[in-house]
Formats: sequence, C-alpha cells, structure tokens
Amino acid sequence: MALRVLNVLCLLLLVLVFAMPFGWMLSTSLKTLPETMIFPPAWIPKQPVWENYAEAWKTGPFLKYFMNSFIVAIGILICQALTIIPAAYAFARYKFAGSNLLFGVVMVTLMIPAQLIFLPVYLELSALKLLNTHLGLILPFASSAFGIFLLRQGFMQVPEELIEAARLDQASEWKIIVRLMVPLVKPVLVTFALFSFIAHWNDYFWPLVMTTNETARTLPLGIAKIREVEGVATWNVLMAGNLILVAPILVAFFFSQRHIIRAFVYSGVK
Amino acid sequence: MTAWEKLRPYGMVAPSIIIFSMFFIYPIFYMIYLSFYDWNFVSPDKTFVGLQNFKDLLTDEDFRQVLSNTTLYTLMTVALTTGLSLFLALWLNRKGVFHAFVQGAIFSPHIISLVSISLLWSWLMDPEYGLLNWVIGLFGFEKMQWLSHPETSLVSLVIVAVWKGIGYNTLVFIAGLQSIPADIYEAAALDQSKPWTTFRRIILPMLSPTIFFLVIINMIGSFQVFETIAIMTQGGPVNSTNTLVYYIYENGFRFFKIGYASAAGVILLAIVGLLTIVYFRLLSSRVHYR
Repeated sequence: MALRVLNVLCLLLLVLVFAMPFGWMLSTSLKTLPETMIFPPAWIPKQPVWENYAEAWKTGPFLKYFMNSFIVAIGILICQALTIIPAAYAFARYKFAGSNLLFGVVMVTLMIPAQLIFLPVYLELSALKLLNTHLGLILPFASSAFGIFLLRQGFMQVPEELIEAARLDQASEWKIIVRLMVPLVKPVLVTFALFSFIAHWNDYFWPLVMTTNETARTLPLGIAKIREVEGVATWNVLMAGNLILVAPILVAFFFSQRHIIRAFVYSGVK
Repeated sequence: MTAWEKLRPYGMVAPSIIIFSMFFIYPIFYMIYLSFYDWNFVSPDKTFVGLQNFKDLLTDEDFRQVLSNTTLYTLMTVALTTGLSLFLALWLNRKGVFHAFVQGAIFSPHIISLVSISLLWSWLMDPEYGLLNWVIGLFGFEKMQWLSHPETSLVSLVIVAVWKGIGYNTLVFIAGLQSIPADIYEAAALDQSKPWTTFRRIILPMLSPTIFFLVIINMIGSFQVFETIAIMTQGGPVNSTNTLVYYIYENGFRFFKIGYASAAGVILLAIVGLLTIVYFRLLSSRVHYR
C-alpha cells in the first residue's frame, strides 16, 4: 500500500515536470511587466492583465498569419493524400520493372533531412518565382516519403485473398483501392494526416526560409516576431502570444487525446 | 497484360517521384555543384574555385566547433531520450485512466510548435527571474546561467530536446512492450526468471526493432536541430551552440556565402549518409525480428 502511494506521488511529480511549464506560461501571460521581475516568482498575478493578449495580437497581421497557416497545412494534406495513396499501393501490390530503384528514391528521400537542402531548394523556388507564395510552401511537401513508407506497410498487410476475391467479383483496380484498400488502412491514414497537419501547422523553419515578406508568413513566424517588436524581455506579452499559438492544439489534444496518441504511436511500432 | 496495365504502376508513383526528384534529389546535386563555386547569390557570375570551400571549412576553427557541437548535442540527446523513455515505458506500461492521463501529459510537448517551446524555455531558463532557477533553488542549488553561459548552453538545449521528445519515445516503447506476446512473460515467470534477466534476455531483444527505429528517428532529428538554436541562442554564447544547420543558414542567408554554405551542407549530408548506412548494416545483422 505504502509503495502504491509512493508510486502515485512519483507519477504526479512526473506530470508536474510537463504541466508546470504550461501553467507558468499562463501565469506569466496575465502579469504586469514588473510582476514578471520578481524572484522568487509569484504564481498568481494580483490583477490578471488581459491586455497582454491584445498587445500580442497587435504586433502583426495575425488573422493573415492564421489563414496562411491553415491554407498551407491543409493544402499539403490534400496534395499528400492524392500522391501517397496511389504510390504506396503501387509499391505494395504491383511488380514492375524498376520498382526497386524507384522505391530507393523514396527511401533516400526519407533519409534526407529536409533542413539540409533548404539552400538549393530556396534557390530553386526563387528561380520558379514561388518565394512568398502559398504554393511555394506547399509544393516541396506535396508528397511524403514517410507517408508512402507507412502506407505501403499497411497495404502489404492486407491478405492477398481479399484482393483476389474482389478481382473475381470483377471489381476494377480503382474500385479495389478506393472501396476496399483505403478503408482497411484508415488508421494509418488518420495517423499520417494528424502527423502531417500538426508538423506543418507548427513548422517554423520552412516558412522562415522561404518567405521574405508578410504575404505567406505563418503563425509560428508571427509569434516569434513578437520578440522583435516588443523587445526581448517583455515575457508577459510573449507568453500571451505563445498561448494563442499553443492553446488550439492543446485543447484539441485534450479532447481527442486517446485518438491522437493511438494514431501517433501506431506509426512507430512497425 | 495490356499496355495500360503495364504503365499503370508508373503513373501511380510518378507524382511522388517527381516531387522527390525536384525537391530532394535534384537539390542534392545542385548543392554539390554549388559547393565548388564562389557565389554571393546577388551577382550573376559564379566563380569556379574547386575544393577551396572545403579547404576553408576544414581549417575554420568555427566550423570545427560547429561539428563538435552538433555531434555532442546529438549523442547527448539520443542517449538521454532513448534511455529515459525506455525507463519511463517500463514504469508507465499499465492500463487505466490515471496512467493514460500521465502518458498524455508527458506526450503533450510533442505536438507543440518548437517556436512555443523555445520561447517558453527561454523564459523558464531566464538567469534572473526564470522558474527553473527557482525550482533548483528548492533543492538548494545556486542560480544557474543556463543558455547565457558557454559551459551550460548546449546542455540546456539538450534538456529542452529531451523534454519535448521523451513522451513520444515512451509511448512508442510502450506500444512495443505491449506487442510482446504474453506467453513469453508467462514462460519466463514459470522459469522463475529474475526481473533483470527477463529484461535483458526477453524485453530488450524483443524491443530491439523499436529501439532501432527510435535511435534512427532521434538521430536524424537531432542532426538537423535549428529552431531552438535560432530562437533561444542564435548559436551563442561564443559559438557554444552553433550547430550545422544553423551555420549553413547563417552563411547562406546572412553572409550570402552560397558556395561555402553548400560545402558545409555537403559535409553534413556525407555524415548523415554514412551514419545511416552504418546503422542499417550494423542493426540489420543484430536486430531481432519476429
């Protein structure tokens, strides 16, 4: 019994390590500037300063940032669905000359950290006049090697007999893919969609590198810019802006935690 | 087989292969090409300089520091993340609402933007008013400089990376543990195997595909670390947190030394490629697959 209590206490301590920073973010976002400069710090602000949020929102065109983030993340997701499903199916189910070589291209892409080749890609997009456009932010990620890899595994696990049975029923290949195979690998698809959306919604690096003005800049860039506008030490305004970025994702996570976790982890097992 | 049936697979993979060729494969060759030139991006002329960029890089003290920073950061992050999350997985591998809650809590940083995490931890690690100094003060430690001191800055970034990554790693390990068939544990229990023996002889070998997967993913991630550095330290103080991708970024985008930055990119590419091959060779012979 004593051991169980100790175990629960240790678990709560572990939770604290992850929850405390977020609580601190919230607390700071409601403080006055002088209140942030007290040590040891006070957890509860005397009078919550909601104006910090308005102040953060005013540092840039946040509605635009928000829309840009949405367009880019959804755009990438739609393109990926259209490119990954057929490719993964072909690699999983067809024998064709050169398939090993082409799958090698996928594997090499999977191994190349995207952040390594941003310089040539920047020059490429600049030559294509795609800098500062939504398309320029979407196109490099219009397919995903990781997605193909994941989905191919899923397609390969479907028993051959199921497909044979469908073929005997005179179902076209198109129908087999859309009606039979895609529903069977739905968990993998959901996994990948969550991965992809969250990754690109949160992404800072590519929009930073591939934009030079506000037209296509995304939310994370806007939040990072608060520090330049407001000065480095205005932690109350910064944390307010930060909460604007974090809150939607944390709320979504709170309500669909089990689903998101199961989806994320599913991809890691095999 | 009709001609259409023969061509169909190529049509299905073509869009993806075109994207990969345009934005991953071709850029590699373009980067290698650029690494032999001196170019400032603005001028229309590129000057061929042969291997000069590589010679400059390898004799550059800063670049050597960047290489050692990146390696050190990767080793520390991968070792700590993998080790600690394996421990947490063994501890948290239970069913029930409470354990699900704990798992959710440690997982939450994984889905948060690195921008948020970097800003939040810059504030937590503030040397004057930061929460972290208050917490270690509770345990009787002196205030630390964290990111502002060259001796602690890199380790501070490792702490942030581990904090962010550990939840995901733990949950992947838990999934791995749950895929071990129960009868194997039962057989071990019948043989009255000690917990340590069970861990070493059964759990560890059965988990090796998971460990392999996580080590690779973590290494690739750590090698391209950029966001935390760009936002929290800008490579400083005195170059102590300057890592490869940030170095390439600065040389390319701030100093417009395209050829020089490309050469650094080629070196990073070689390192990552080599490590990947070594890992695949080493682990394909030793990883246990069912």
